[in-house]
Amino acid sequence: MTTQAWFSLGAAAPAAPSRAGRRSRVDPRVLLGVFLPILVAAVWEVAVSTRLAEGRLVPPPSRIFVTLQALASTGELWTHVWATLWRVLAGFGLGAAAGITFGALSGSSETLRRLIDPTLQALRAIPSIAWVPLFILWLGIFEASKVALIAVGVFFPVYLGVAGAILSVDRKLVEVGRVFRLSRARLTRRILLPAVLPSALIALRSGLGLGFMFVVAAEFMGASEGLGYLLVDGQQMGKPDQILAAIIAFALLGKAADSILVLTTRPLVRWQDTARERL
Amino acid sequence: MLELERLSKTYADGTRALADVTLSVRVAEIVAIIGGSGCGKTTLLRLIAGLDRASGGAIRLDGETSAGPHPAIGIVFQEPRLLPWLTVADNVAFGLADLPAPERRARVGHALEKVGLAEQAVRWPRDLSGGQQQRVAVARAFVTNPKVLLLDEPFSALDAFTRASLHEHLLALWEETRPTVLLVTHDVHEAVTLADRAVVMQPKPGRIFDELPLSLARPRDRTGLPFESSTRRVLVALDQSLKTKQDTPRRERDQQAAALWW
Repeated sequence: MTTQAWFSLGAAAPAAPSRAGRRSRVDPRVLLGVFLPILVAAVWEVAVSTRLAEGRLVPPPSRIFVTLQALASTGELWTHVWATLWRVLAGFGLGAAAGITFGALSGSSETLRRLIDPTLQALRAIPSIAWVPLFILWLGIFEASKVALIAVGVFFPVYLGVAGAILSVDRKLVEVGRVFRLSRARLTRRILLPAVLPSALIALRSGLGLGFMFVVAAEFMGASEGLGYLLVDGQQMGKPDQILAAIIAFALLGKAADSILVLTTRPLVRWQDTARERL
Repeated sequence: MLELERLSKTYADGTRALADVTLSVRVAEIVAIIGGSGCGKTTLLRLIAGLDRASGGAIRLDGETSAGPHPAIGIVFQEPRLLPWLTVADNVAFGLADLPAPERRARVGHALEKVGLAEQAVRWPRDLSGGQQQRVAVARAFVTNPKVLLLDEPFSALDAFTRASLHEHLLALWEETRPTVLLVTHDVHEAVTLADRAVVMQPKPGRIFDELPLSLARPRDRTGLPFESSTRRVLVALDQSLKTKQDTPRRERDQQAAALWW
């Protein structure tokens, strides 16, 4: 029978290999990733200490480390880290909550999408920094305007991600819910929510990344504490080591926040059959 | 008893997917719906499952008109359509949310046993082969004890060996509760293996071309002569349905079948 012969070619799809064994071991090749930065740092360190380079504008790693240590020991660093972190978390919380809400509305009802999406897309086209003068006028120079700016930055990727995730839920899985006569509420809870979760979490991650981007912009526009303030202060006082120390603190903080987000949400998406286990 | 009365479906663009399909299926009967692509077989199942709305006609289950998904009608799709975030057992239990947990567990355990996947109960769908996934889908449909079970080419993506073992699992489950089964297939061999009756459909617009009883004793010997002659009869009807636009007299077809046979 031709149909049988034809189907047996593409059939018997091999089972996805279990990654259970691979997951427990750490791939030694991760060390390759730190090779380049360490090499550059070491070369620069040697170049400055042998006086091949001056190192005034680009301080060697050791000096940056000393600066970082000094800032940490006086407790100054933690004040700045905490100020920045608080702003990011507050802005991220507000922006993500709004993004999820509007994304869910826009994704689940066509009428609502036609109502709100064009406006939001138009607002998205405005560079978020352009809101700064307005926010300062409306909310003052202190925390509120900063948090608002971060929230705006976080809102759009989360909104787009959540709405897009809902729109791209597999119709075939929704039909399974219909066959079992799930009510709208149950369909949402048992099929839509879990189906949307992976892309929604990715949207939250990019939102968090943007939150860290905008906190710098917010702290540039006038702050007395925060890692962004350390940057501006370093520039005005001619302390490149302080600027680099703040940049390193940003990198560590951003990476830590992202990792915490990924690790706390991983159990929710453990079922995913994807190649990017350790993205 | 499932009755379809002058069931038709015309899509918004004017395509007539089904025209005046009238069919009645006895309790516990297995009917294979067979035909070339585009003859409306899948549309027919989707109407009965309540996933699409008929443009005309009626679907009656035990005398009562059914519109929309019916609790006593289950379906297995062409793809397994398992929910990837649920374990195998939770997928099977998907339609049993309203049952108390102990009964739910017992029924799921039994169904998984019947399809030979009791040991995979706590695994994710992604860890299963295509054939195993489809077995989970079959268990999920059977576990709610439907009166009518719709199968939409459920084994077409599997290789011949896997398919044969799935036929056995399906019949084993069917023996327990003996639901009415409507099996859409384009595989004549599968139709003759499983069904009590083959309904041959014809495209443009989708309609019933012929019905052939397949009254072979179970379990069926797939190498025996009765099996072969039944297969031949269905094949002839299928060929005819693809060739002719209008009905060929039945006598002529029988003669052709006889010619092939001798």
